[in-house]
Amino acid sequence: MARSGLPPKRLGALVDGGVLRLSGRLLIDTIEQLDQDFGQDASRFDVSQLQQMDTAGAWFLVDRQIQMAKQGTVLEIIGATSAQAQLIETVARNMPPPDQPETKPFTIADRFEAFGQKVTRGWRMAVELISFLGQVVATLAGILRHPSRLRLTSVVHHCQEIGVSAVPIVALMAFLIGVVLAFQGSAQLRQFGAEVFVVDLIAISILRELGILLTAIIVAGRSGSAFTAAIGSMKMREEIDAMRTLGLDPVTILVVPRVLALMLMLPALGFIADISGLIGGALMSWIELGVSPAVFQTRLVSNTDVWHFSVGMIKAPFFALIIGIIGCYEGLKVGGNAESLGRLTSASVVLSIFMVIVMDALFSIFFAIVGV
Amino acid sequence: MKDNPTIRVRGLVTRFGTHTVHEGLDLDVRQGEIIGVVGGSGTGKSVLLRAIVGLLEPNAGQIEVFGQSVRDTSDAEHRALRRRWGVMFQDGALFSSLTVRQNVEAPMREQLDLEDTLRETLAGIKVRMVGLPENAMAKYPSELSGGMRKRAGFARAIAMDPEIVFLDEPTAGLDPIGAAAFDTLIKQLQAALGLTVFLVTHDLDSLHAICDRIAVLADRKVLAVGTMEEMLAIDHPWVHEYFHGPRARAALSSAGKGIV
Repeated sequence: MARSGLPPKRLGALVDGGVLRLSGRLLIDTIEQLDQDFGQDASRFDVSQLQQMDTAGAWFLVDRQIQMAKQGTVLEIIGATSAQAQLIETVARNMPPPDQPETKPFTIADRFEAFGQKVTRGWRMAVELISFLGQVVATLAGILRHPSRLRLTSVVHHCQEIGVSAVPIVALMAFLIGVVLAFQGSAQLRQFGAEVFVVDLIAISILRELGILLTAIIVAGRSGSAFTAAIGSMKMREEIDAMRTLGLDPVTILVVPRVLALMLMLPALGFIADISGLIGGALMSWIELGVSPAVFQTRLVSNTDVWHFSVGMIKAPFFALIIGIIGCYEGLKVGGNAESLGRLTSASVVLSIFMVIVMDALFSIFFAIVGV
Repeated sequence: MKDNPTIRVRGLVTRFGTHTVHEGLDLDVRQGEIIGVVGGSGTGKSVLLRAIVGLLEPNAGQIEVFGQSVRDTSDAEHRALRRRWGVMFQDGALFSSLTVRQNVEAPMREQLDLEDTLRETLAGIKVRMVGLPENAMAKYPSELSGGMRKRAGFARAIAMDPEIVFLDEPTAGLDPIGAAAFDTLIKQLQAALGLTVFLVTHDLDSLHAICDRIAVLADRKVLAVGTMEEMLAIDHPWVHEYFHGPRARAALSSAGKGIV
């Protein structure tokens, strides 16, 4: 059996008066050496000269037998050792069923069907998300009535994770946005000699939109994905099921603290982003336009309505709710395999960022109607 | 040929930190036999398996498979060696992103240049050989039961027609009927494919039913190797407890009655 002692893998075959004599080694690497047509009219295969035969080799013989049987002739295999005969017999028992269904080509109708399925899947998911939101809100209301049910330690832990640890990245991001706005804005406004309006540009865009929107996007990428991954891996290891059997409600224990911490922390992070963005803008205005910090401050206070700031802050808890709900929902949807964890984590980030932007657009319309 | 064991382990030493798992372990596995490796938890059965297949670098000792050292070989030699054995891990260790058939195709795809249809046919034969139904081929591992995952893992282990298969607790977690069926399957395929089987197990029924010899790991080495009858005569406390305990007696009596 020691293969290393044998010559290189070779298969020999010669036809000798209706008998195809195989010699050498009939293996998975050698069966393709033999032409399909070779020895077509041989009615007997003599395998007694074979040094070695594996499953693929046995398949080759059985396949030939089946091909011949279709043409009405019988192929006899002679000279097999008992081990080889047993292998041939095992393979013959496990051959694919003769009438394998043909794979259908992909038609227009299939395309429509796939599209329809996607639409219904999307619709079902929207319904599930809304019902999950309802479940979380109901649990929150229950906690309001029985505050002792709130996992305070967990909330504080998540505040630390979501809020405090994110301060450096959020502050830096907002600072750079302020710098970029001031730089680009001053280049345009200088053409009209209206440099000083750069203060309004920075203040309104950062306070009203960019500060909170970009913070929400960073938090969705940072914490939303972490929610999905953490809850998803717990789901994979049946921890969630274990909780349920112990009478613990996963929504109370896992979802509510995360959503609550996010709703507390996102406005705080948004505020930090606002301040940091204004500082960046002020610094760049000073360097680029010579608008001193004192002038920047006076103009900021006198010309910018406090509503700009309020609009941004009002949006924060809603963005937080969207990120938290989607992150936890996708986590609970994770199935048995590691692949679904990865897929749903990325889906969670994409969906929550998308929904945050949709929400922002709805808020713009709303605030335009109420006139602030 | 009998003088050249298929697997030859001499003076194996493995340590994890200060914890010594094996201290001067010797073991021979003969060609074409089914050897059952038993031992208490933490005696390093799986560690021994991992050392032999090269997943773990031992601290000292020699491991030869087909007379070729596993430890100091070139990459090419090791690759060639690896083609001649298959490993089935405890829970199958199937690739979760591939279907059962693709899992079995994976080693063929990697190591051979076959036509797609031929490869699919051969993989299909392997899947049927281990007794999985036709509709299991296109399923993903997460959609299979534990027993089916083990079968699929076995199919992948024999995909390349290896000469040795290493099975890590193949019957653990299976119901008695499934475990007995798996034992029969191992025996059948061992006969049909001429396999040498290295079986890590706790299942006394498997030991009775299919193992030609049994190696007992205790006290950081192979305490004894021999047939079931020889094991029963050994006077070491753990071995005695293992082969004479209530479960062992039950397995022995059922084996004696020819039920298994």
